[in-house]
Amino acid sequence: MMASSYNAKDEDGHHPGSVGSGGPGAVKSKKPDNTAFKQQRLPAWQPILTAGTVLPAFFMIGLIFIPIGIGLLVTSNNIKEFEIDYTGVDMFSPCFNCSQNYSWNSSSACTCSVPFTLDQPFESNVFMYYGLSNFYQNHRRYVKSRDDSQLNGDKSSLLNPSKECEPYRTSDKKSIAPCGAIANSLFNDTLELFYIHPNGSRIAIHLMKTGIAWWTDKHVKFRNPGGNHNNLSIVFQETSKPVNWHKPVYELDPSDPENNGFINEDFIVWMRTAALPTFRKLYRIIQKKKVNMTPTLPPGNYSLEVTYNYPVRSFDGRKRMILSTISWMGGKNPFLGIAYITVGSVCFFLGVVLLIIHHKYGNRNNNADIPN
Amino acid sequence: MLWHYRAVYNDMTLCTGEESWVDSRTVYIGHKEPPPGTEAYIPQRFPDNRIVSSKYTFWNFIPKNLFEQFRRIANFYFLIIFLVQLIIDTPTSPTTSGLPLFFVITVTAIKQGYEDWIRHKADNAINQCPVHVIQHGKVVRKQSQKLRVGDIVQVKENETFPCDLILLSTSREDGTCFVTTASLDGESSHKTYYAVQDTKAFKTAEEVDTLHATIECEQPQPDLRKHINKPSPLGSENLLLRGATLKNTEYIHAVAIYTGMETKMALNYQSKSQKRSAVEKSMNAYLIVYLCILISKALINTVLKYAWQANPNRDEPWYNQKTETERQRHVLIRAFTDFLAFMVLFNYIIPVSMYVTVEMQKFLGSYFILWDDDMFDEELGEGPLVNTSDLNEELGQVEYVFTDKTGTLTENNMELRECCVDGHVYVPHAVCNGQILPGAAGMDMIDSSPGVDGKEREELFFRALCLCHTVQVKEEETVDGIKRGIHQGKSTSFYISSSPDEVALVEGMNRLGFTYLRLKDSHMEILNREDEMERFELLEVLNFDSVRRRMSVIVRSSSGEYYLFCKGADSSIFPRVVSGKVEQIRARVEHNAVEGLRTLCVAYKKLTHEEYEETCRLLNSAKLALQERDKKLAEVYDVIEKDFILLGATAVEDRLQDKAADTIESLHKAGMKVWVLTGDKMETAAATCYASRLFHRNTQILELTTKRTEEQSLHDVLFDLSRTVLRQHGSITRDTFSGLSGDCQDYGLIIDGATLSAVLKPTQEGTSNGGNYKEIFLEICRNCSAVLCCRMAPLQKAQIVKLIKASKEHPITLAIGDGANDVSMILEAHVGIGIMGKEGRQAARNSDYAVTKFKHLKKMLLVHGHYYYIRIAELVQYFFYKNVCFIFPQFLYQFFCGFSQQPLYDTAYLTLYNISFTSLPILLYSLMEQHINMDILKRDPTLYRDIAKNSLLRWPTFIYWTFLGIFDAVVFFFGAFFLFDNTTFTSNGQVTHRSLCPSRVSRCDCVFCNPPIWRGVVILILIGL
Repeated sequence: MMASSYNAKDEDGHHPGSVGSGGPGAVKSKKPDNTAFKQQRLPAWQPILTAGTVLPAFFMIGLIFIPIGIGLLVTSNNIKEFEIDYTGVDMFSPCFNCSQNYSWNSSSACTCSVPFTLDQPFESNVFMYYGLSNFYQNHRRYVKSRDDSQLNGDKSSLLNPSKECEPYRTSDKKSIAPCGAIANSLFNDTLELFYIHPNGSRIAIHLMKTGIAWWTDKHVKFRNPGGNHNNLSIVFQETSKPVNWHKPVYELDPSDPENNGFINEDFIVWMRTAALPTFRKLYRIIQKKKVNMTPTLPPGNYSLEVTYNYPVRSFDGRKRMILSTISWMGGKNPFLGIAYITVGSVCFFLGVVLLIIHHKYGNRNNNADIPN
Repeated sequence: MLWHYRAVYNDMTLCTGEESWVDSRTVYIGHKEPPPGTEAYIPQRFPDNRIVSSKYTFWNFIPKNLFEQFRRIANFYFLIIFLVQLIIDTPTSPTTSGLPLFFVITVTAIKQGYEDWIRHKADNAINQCPVHVIQHGKVVRKQSQKLRVGDIVQVKENETFPCDLILLSTSREDGTCFVTTASLDGESSHKTYYAVQDTKAFKTAEEVDTLHATIECEQPQPDLRKHINKPSPLGSENLLLRGATLKNTEYIHAVAIYTGMETKMALNYQSKSQKRSAVEKSMNAYLIVYLCILISKALINTVLKYAWQANPNRDEPWYNQKTETERQRHVLIRAFTDFLAFMVLFNYIIPVSMYVTVEMQKFLGSYFILWDDDMFDEELGEGPLVNTSDLNEELGQVEYVFTDKTGTLTENNMELRECCVDGHVYVPHAVCNGQILPGAAGMDMIDSSPGVDGKEREELFFRALCLCHTVQVKEEETVDGIKRGIHQGKSTSFYISSSPDEVALVEGMNRLGFTYLRLKDSHMEILNREDEMERFELLEVLNFDSVRRRMSVIVRSSSGEYYLFCKGADSSIFPRVVSGKVEQIRARVEHNAVEGLRTLCVAYKKLTHEEYEETCRLLNSAKLALQERDKKLAEVYDVIEKDFILLGATAVEDRLQDKAADTIESLHKAGMKVWVLTGDKMETAAATCYASRLFHRNTQILELTTKRTEEQSLHDVLFDLSRTVLRQHGSITRDTFSGLSGDCQDYGLIIDGATLSAVLKPTQEGTSNGGNYKEIFLEICRNCSAVLCCRMAPLQKAQIVKLIKASKEHPITLAIGDGANDVSMILEAHVGIGIMGKEGRQAARNSDYAVTKFKHLKKMLLVHGHYYYIRIAELVQYFFYKNVCFIFPQFLYQFFCGFSQQPLYDTAYLTLYNISFTSLPILLYSLMEQHINMDILKRDPTLYRDIAKNSLLRWPTFIYWTFLGIFDAVVFFFGAFFLFDNTTFTSNGQVTHRSLCPSRVSRCDCVFCNPPIWRGVVILILIGL
């Protein structure tokens, strides 16, 4: 017994000193692997900042960023945007009267017409937005005051909306559909555009009211209860319209069943709450003319016809109408281009300054800092 | 019979002569009550013999563990947040904080439960091991935990004593037994213990059972080195301590007097309290700062909210009305709930996942120590051990290193290097780690061959070394049961002694041709060079003591001559020498001492029969003295040991561990102060310190020892030393300005256990100078580059560590040791490192990290410690930074949403941002980061000073990171703000939605807040998102 175990150890000659620790297997398993990872010898890069690396980096950033910035700025400047405030705060503004005598219950709509002039032609598709200021669509109480399952066509939520909708949950003991503060405050001004021909005639511009909502919203998130093709007035029979609305939800767009009820695109756009108190929402699209080369909106005089329903004066709000073309980078936004140009030129400037400093004082210690 | 076992402090309070009589216990041997009428019998209650080291039981685990965990400030905080979220209407759902909290608590509980289960298993193994108890004349097996005070226990050879026992009788004729206390104080030598005189004769179980006696002893005390008051018949030589092992004795009978948690061993082991690293402490401080930031943010927002809402059209515009119940709520309640809601909204500023990530980083990071190839010991076949990963970064912060000497700095392998007889130097050249190799005897003579007279002297010298010792011969029985003596095979027997030096000497003599065989019938038998047996009758042994620092034997040779052989430290021999080549030997001794060898001088004198008779008479009268026996004996020894003829000197080497000196030098360069704490005597310890370059040749040694304090009062000595040191200190500060500090005088302090306890003892008399001894002592220590503490009890080692820990700089301490006697200091120090050495695994088991050799400390501290520290420091700073980045936009956003606590981020973002998006990349970074190459760190220990004193986690750095976070947050928020303000950002003209804009902010966060290296590079990518 002894002898055999001694033999085993003798054979295990390449582990001197480990005799008695229990065979070669045990020794092998205890010895740590000599791998780069386990011995912390993985290849590492330890950049040492020298003039030779920093200066080119600065110039590179400068040279790359400035052109990008210029490109972005030019693109942004090529986008045409026109904005007009029609709130009617000013005594002389056309909508002053409408903004003054306002009440939710007034049966007769107040209309006003705002003339404006476009100096430049608007090419391609033109997007028409309405903008609100000082309107806190991002207030927490407001944001959560909705019932998503009701908007998704859930029948039980239709008749028994979520508690979150309070105080816009029921009216006259009937549940409100759509419930909540967001739906209740749906933007209900009607905007129409007319081109005033130099010969004096008013030509109505065709405004597309579909295609303005997100595809997922229109087809996934929002659904009419019991399918889109039922008779909506029967479906919403047991419910009551939101208190501030003039007409029930199933009459938002009676002409088009694909745009009525919860899947009305104006409604969907409104239900996507804005992040900031000053915001704009897509209202209509003016499609480009297919036939001839004339711009979508030629320069000239226009008139904006407003059916003034939406009160904003009480909270010092403003209402705007915006016309805008877009490019590959979206709407007009000089910020990004300016930011790029700023960063690029700061880098370039720093590069120059450092180069001068380096050239003047840098050679004192070693000349090997800059290759060549 | 009534014995008093009474103890007074020996080294601790000898100076005041204070005795603790107050508490005493009466033990009835074998539970036999005394005959009625002698004394009122008050049964005392003693604990059973159960040792408990576990923290939890099955029943109290959940409540106790939860309580412990929620004492952690962050856990408690998240619990509060979670409860607030449950109770009031808050912007985020309770799961966002509940889920991570639950995860953290569960993981920690599982880990701690497992650890405790292991402790339970270990306890059970100890508590249930069988012991033999004598009951009604029979030997009964019992579980160790059922042992009671008063039980008579039978212990067999190689068994460990189950509790503290008074030795009644042994199997040996003379009533002695041998014991090794290796697991108690680290001394592997055998010690002799004596049975009580009156019961020596009770050999068998039946006889012992007839014993009627009581023992009166004092209540348990933790001091391991307590000695006996002489007049009382029971003393430390009768007391067997738990944990010690019986050797060379067949069996003993003994009675239990202290059991369970009252044994000296249990009292000496402090409970293993949880150590917390300095980084964790700064983490907690940062947490509190962030908590303040959080509260102030919430307060600001609440105030602003109500200021903003003063206008009713803002508070309640027509499109956003409140419910009736909300309106009717009292404004104070509303304000308070708003405040809480803001707290919940911003609560992510406290990084919930920080503890989890940090713990993961530590746990995973500790594998790099385990995997380290350089720290693997081929000889043992073992690498380092990591018992706790909580302290990884503390390895990079060490300021004081306390190291044990024997087995840590040295190999614990004594070896005779040379002897010098009459100026001739002999070097035994069979150097083989202290093992006796047969046939390897021989010597080199450096000087010319001595003459005839010299030859005689030389043989006398060798005989003296063979006779003048207290070594015992342990004979190993071979397999076939035949006792093989030294004649047959020398390797089967070995020497054991309380002093390893003596073993080395006797073994060295063996190599030089003189073999000590055994002590038989009080005759010492030695084998001379011609293989002839010489017998000397051993007449008297004048034992070694640390005051005389020598020992003597009186023998009678077979020819009837009386010899007195004496060996001892040079300082105690030379003054007593009348003839011999003193000068030559002295020179050699000094030379050897400087080399770090342990030197002894040997001298003899011939006695006539009359002189011997006289000596005997003196000795006996002193031994029989009832009062001041020690003092009288010392006087007698002094009379006997004089007029010597000097024979020669020996030099024994305790070899230093491989690269010990190099390691110590590196530690010094890295700015650490190295203290050696040893139980060894001063001279040897000092020699080792020189050899390991702890003391340099130009180091001025300051001594604070019993020897000095006997001459002067402690007070004077302390003030003397501090004056010396402080004068120097003044010049140091001047020198450092001129950059000349390199060549200034550095000091080494030597202090011994007795003096130390005197220094630390709070003085009763006079508040004027008492109490500040500690301060003076610390002041001296602070200015010494190296300190040597010798003659330390295990608990004193811990006391020193504690003293330094509590000094006003609160330095980080590291203790390293290999023996059980180092356990208490290992537990006390911030970082405890055990060496897996010869003296068992006790130190390694109780340590935080265990290595195989002292030299591994260098890589452990300078490389691993450095890396761990910078990694964890970056990790912690980054965690706070990223959460500022994350939450500050949330704060800014409140200004744009009417302070309505609208969260900027989605719930999923909130939960996942901390748990995965930002914690995993930094985890990888904090595992792999190497800011400096490993080789450079090893080569240049001064780099360690860069990170000393927690330099990467100081307040300025923290504030810098926080402001960086705020700046980045502002950039992120307003970047997104301007990018999306009033514009369309999709190419089909649709306007972005509320959650899209914030999601970009958070995407910015996720991308940008990943290790700062990425910043800049990612700008281009981000634009494309």
